Amino acid sequence: MKKLVILGAGTAGTIVANRFKRVMDLDEWQITLVDPDPIHYYQPGFLFIPFGMYTKKDVIKPKRDYISAPLTLIQSAVEEVDPAQRLVRLANKQTLSYDYLIIATGTDIHPEETPGMAEHEWGKSIHSFYTLQTSLKLNQMLHNWDGGRLVVNVVENPIKCPVAPLEFIMLADWHFHKHGKRDRVEIIYATPLPGAFTKPVASRLLGELLERKNIRVEPDFMIERVEPDAKKIVSYDEREIEYDLLVTVPLNKGAEFIARSGLGNELNYVPVDQYTLRSKAYDNIFVLGDASDAPASKAGATAHFAIDLFTENFLRYVEGHELKPYFDGHANCFIETGFGKGLMIDFNYEQEPLPGRYPLPGIGPLTLLEESEFNHWGKLMFRWMYWHLLLKGMEVPLPSEMSMSGKRLV
Amino acid sequence: MVAKTIAGKTVEVNEEGFMTNPNEWTEEIAVEIAKEEGIPELTAEHWKIINFCRQSAGTSGKAPTLRQITVGTGVSTKELFTLFPKGPAKKVARIAGLGKPEGCV
Repeated sequence: MKKLVILGAGTAGTIVANRFKRVMDLDEWQITLVDPDPIHYYQPGFLFIPFGMYTKKDVIKPKRDYISAPLTLIQSAVEEVDPAQRLVRLANKQTLSYDYLIIATGTDIHPEETPGMAEHEWGKSIHSFYTLQTSLKLNQMLHNWDGGRLVVNVVENPIKCPVAPLEFIMLADWHFHKHGKRDRVEIIYATPLPGAFTKPVASRLLGELLERKNIRVEPDFMIERVEPDAKKIVSYDEREIEYDLLVTVPLNKGAEFIARSGLGNELNYVPVDQYTLRSKAYDNIFVLGDASDAPASKAGATAHFAIDLFTENFLRYVEGHELKPYFDGHANCFIETGFGKGLMIDFNYEQEPLPGRYPLPGIGPLTLLEESEFNHWGKLMFRWMYWHLLLKGMEVPLPSEMSMSGKRLV
Repeated sequence: MVAKTIAGKTVEVNEEGFMTNPNEWTEEIAVEIAKEEGIPELTAEHWKIINFCRQSAGTSGKAPTLRQITVGTGVSTKELFTLFPKGPAKKVARIAGLGKPEGCV
């Protein structure tokens, strides 16, 4: 019996376990997942909660609904991985041995890393929308807010779902319009990037979109501290921005046990070969989803595309074949732009997002880097696909490798 | 990509002025680019950071992120902003003859 241990039963861990369940001989393989939280969160839905578009029940389901025999799920945190002994020590004192290890523990927010952020004003005038709890808090806040200056800030990259802060801003703009208080709200986006987004074409097009919506971008803003009583954020080069409401994307880091096990980089991400997602240090450890240092978007779509290709390559690998460089860094994201519209971007390691149509070249029905109502509905429909197809390891009719067909060079 | 003469040496730079081949870099080039970036004189502290970045990039030419620099050198972010004002990671990468540091994706 060969043993495969999967640390983390979030998006990546659950999908890969269910894929294996379909294709592996489970008389020969024992698959064990470890996760401290019994709830599975539909994380893309957190974005909608502050605006009342989704409620708590839309984004949570029991993990047990998605992980069933012969897969084993242990509810515990991880204490440490001992790669030399091929052991995982759990917080519940159990020790698991493995032949192969998959780390899929993702990334999380750390507001306590920025001075002044997670102190007495946290949850009052300082909010986030990266966890269920913070999103629910922000919903209450927005419900009662009369207006003033909303500052949205990204502390440091990389972050999970790099488009989320832009979506939040555009949904906020829409929300204030709907409630007749947009004229009483000033919106500022303070980002460490030189523009609205990372890649040049998307950054320009999204930057223009923000300008049309009367949202000011403060670029190259590396936050040093929050002054919670003076209600201002201060950058390392001593720029100050005052706020009435601060919505922050705090520093993102990988799980602490990765650091304790000596497996991580300075942000607790595991260094991997970006084309195979295998650990650079150990040839029986793979890292799926947000937990690796691969320069791909930290997003569920990226995890899904990678796992599509990973599964068959892993099966060939354990039979003694060489690993092919199968993963191209493919990511795609719906971007909510407010007023019932959305746009979409599709890109990989080499190719930046471009305008065009997706997934069928020339037809779509989704439009790339261009607003449409269909994209918005696509995003809402995706929640159904996530719970009913994706997590269960079923095929989703989207190509895993990025295609240049349907994209316009601009 | 264009050829540019810096400190008497012709090197390739991209449209943003970052050198594309780290092997063409010399210390004299660093001094010149630093002047373009508004740093009149490179002190020992500057060189400590530049050398760390060169070392960290190795042969790949891939510049370290701000956090990698602070962790790797023990120099605080605040000091880095004093040494290389307004965007130290980007500035030191250019001076060290490396590519632009990758932001998020």
